Amino acid sequence: MNTKLEVKNLCYSYHTLEGETQALSDISFDVKDGEFFAVVGPSGCGKSTLLSLLCGLIEPEEGAVFIDGAQGSESHSAIGYMLQKDHLFEWRTIFSNVSLGLEIQKRLDDKARNELLEMLNTYGLSQFKDARPGQLSGGMRQRAALIRTLALKPDILLLDEPFSALDYQTRLEVCDDISTIIRTRKKTAVLITHDLSEAISVADRILVLSSRPAKVKRIMEISFAPEFDRPLSRRNAPEFSAYFNELWKELKTDG
Amino acid sequence: MDKLSVYQREFLARERQHKAQVRICRGMLLVLLLAVWELCARLGLIDAFIFSSPAKIWRCFLEMAGDGSIFLHTGVTLLETFISFFLVVVLGAAAAVALWGSRSLSEILEPYLVMLNSLPKSALAPLLIVWMGNQMRTIIVAAVSVALFGSILTLHTGFMQTDPDKIRLIYSLGGTRRDVLVKVLIPSCVPLIVSNMKVNVGLCLVGVIIGEFLSAKAGLGYLIIYASQVFGREYLLTGKPPGSEKPEPHRRQGGYEDGGRSSHEDFPQVLIPAWQVGPGASQSSPGAWDVGSGMVGGLPVSYGI
Repeated sequence: MNTKLEVKNLCYSYHTLEGETQALSDISFDVKDGEFFAVVGPSGCGKSTLLSLLCGLIEPEEGAVFIDGAQGSESHSAIGYMLQKDHLFEWRTIFSNVSLGLEIQKRLDDKARNELLEMLNTYGLSQFKDARPGQLSGGMRQRAALIRTLALKPDILLLDEPFSALDYQTRLEVCDDISTIIRTRKKTAVLITHDLSEAISVADRILVLSSRPAKVKRIMEISFAPEFDRPLSRRNAPEFSAYFNELWKELKTDG
Repeated sequence: MDKLSVYQREFLARERQHKAQVRICRGMLLVLLLAVWELCARLGLIDAFIFSSPAKIWRCFLEMAGDGSIFLHTGVTLLETFISFFLVVVLGAAAAVALWGSRSLSEILEPYLVMLNSLPKSALAPLLIVWMGNQMRTIIVAAVSVALFGSILTLHTGFMQTDPDKIRLIYSLGGTRRDVLVKVLIPSCVPLIVSNMKVNVGLCLVGVIIGEFLSAKAGLGYLIIYASQVFGREYLLTGKPPGSEKPEPHRRQGGYEDGGRSSHEDFPQVLIPAWQVGPGASQSSPGAWDVGSGMVGGLPVSYGI
C-alpha cells in the first residue's frame, strides 16, 4: 500500500507572555492509504495540536506534513476534520448543516445535493433533514457531523475524540457505526483518543505519545482474526485484553 | 385527541382562573390608582395645579387630539426615534464587526469607547446644538450618541465570546474569515443583537427627548418644555396659575420667572412657540410638569453657560 500521509520531524510550541510551552517534539510517522491510525497519549500531551497541524489550521515550527508526497498546505482540501463536539448549528436544519462545507467552498449544486440526500438516507437521517439539531439524539448528531465532513469527499479523515462527548452506550454504538462507515468507504483515518479500548477496537496501528512535550514512544500493530472485524466484536476477541495490557504498560512507563 | 383526565381538566381550570385573576387585578390596580389620584385632587388633598388630575389630562389630550397637535408631536418624536434607532443598529453592527476584524484596532479604541459610553450624553447635547444648530439632525445625533457606544461594546463582547471550536470548524471546512462572520458569528449572536436592539429603542427615545428639550420645533420633549415654560409665563402675567382655583402665590415663583425669561429672550432659538398658545397648551402644563420639572430649571441655564 502507498503512503498517504507522512509526518516528518514535527515540532510545535505555544507562546504566551509568561513563556514557551513545547507541545510536540520531533514527531515522525506515516499512515498508509486506507489505514485506520489511532493516536493515544496522556491527557494534555498535544494530541489535538498534532491534528491541527495535520489539518493545516496551524503551521509547524519545524518539520513538515506530506500528503501523497506533497507538502500539506497545498493539498488542504483532501482532509476532513471531525471535532470533539458535533458543532451542528442550531440555526440551520440538518440538511443545511451537512451542506455547510460545500456551501463555503461554493460547490453546492444539484448533484451534490442529491448525493447528500442519499448519504442522509444511508445513515438513517433522511426523515430528519428538515429538523433542527436539537431534535436529534447524540448519536444521530455525530453521524450528521460525519456526513458534513464526508460531503467534501476528503481522502483523509482526522477524528479528534469524536465520541468523547457521548454517554457510554451511545459511544460504543456510534464508534461502531462510524468506523464501519469509514472502512466501507475506504478512507484513511487518523483517530485521536484517550480511550485505550476504543483505539484497540478500531485501529490498524496505534501511535503512543509520551507526556508533554509529546514524543513518539511506540507504534503498535493491531491485528485481529477476520471474524472480529467490527469494533464491537473486537472487544470480545481473546487478543483484546492482551493488547489493552500492553498499551496500558506502554503509557505507564516514563521515557 | 384523547379525552382529558379529570385531573388535567382541573389543572387547566385552575390555570385559567389564575390568569383571569391576574388580568382583572392588573386592570383594577390601574383604575384604583387613577381614582385615588382624581379623588385626592378633587378633595384638595393634593394641589391639582402641581399634580394635575386624570380628568384634566384626559380633557387636555382630547383638545390636543382635536386640533391634531398631539399627533404631530408624537409623530415627530417617533420619526426621530426610528431614524436614530436605525442608525444605531447599522453603525453599531458595522463598528463591532470592524473591531472584531482587527485585534489592534479594538485594543487601540477600547479605552475611548468605554470613556465615550460613560460620558453623560445629556451634557453633550447642548454642545451639539451649538455645533450643529437647532434642527432635527442635531436631535438625531444626540440620540445616536446616547445608544451607540454601549451598543458597540455589547456586540463586540458578544462576538469575541463565540465558541472558538465553531470558528475552527469553518476554517477546517476551508472557510475564510468572512465565512466565519457570516456563517457563525452573526447567526450565533442573533439573540444578543435582538436584546441589544430592545435596549437601543429605549435609549434612542431618551436621547430624542433630551435633544428636544434643548432644541426643537416639535416633538414630545419640546411639548414638555414648552408647556412648562408657557405655564411659567402665564403664571407671571396673570399672577394666578391657569386651571387652578387657588389664588395664593406659589413658592417657586422666582425660579419660573428666571427660566421663562432667559429661554425666551436670551436664547430665542431654543424655544419658539410654533403653535398657538391656547387653553390646550396651558392645560397640558400641569400634567407634563411632573416629567419635565427635573430638567427644566437647569437646562436652559447650563446650556447658556
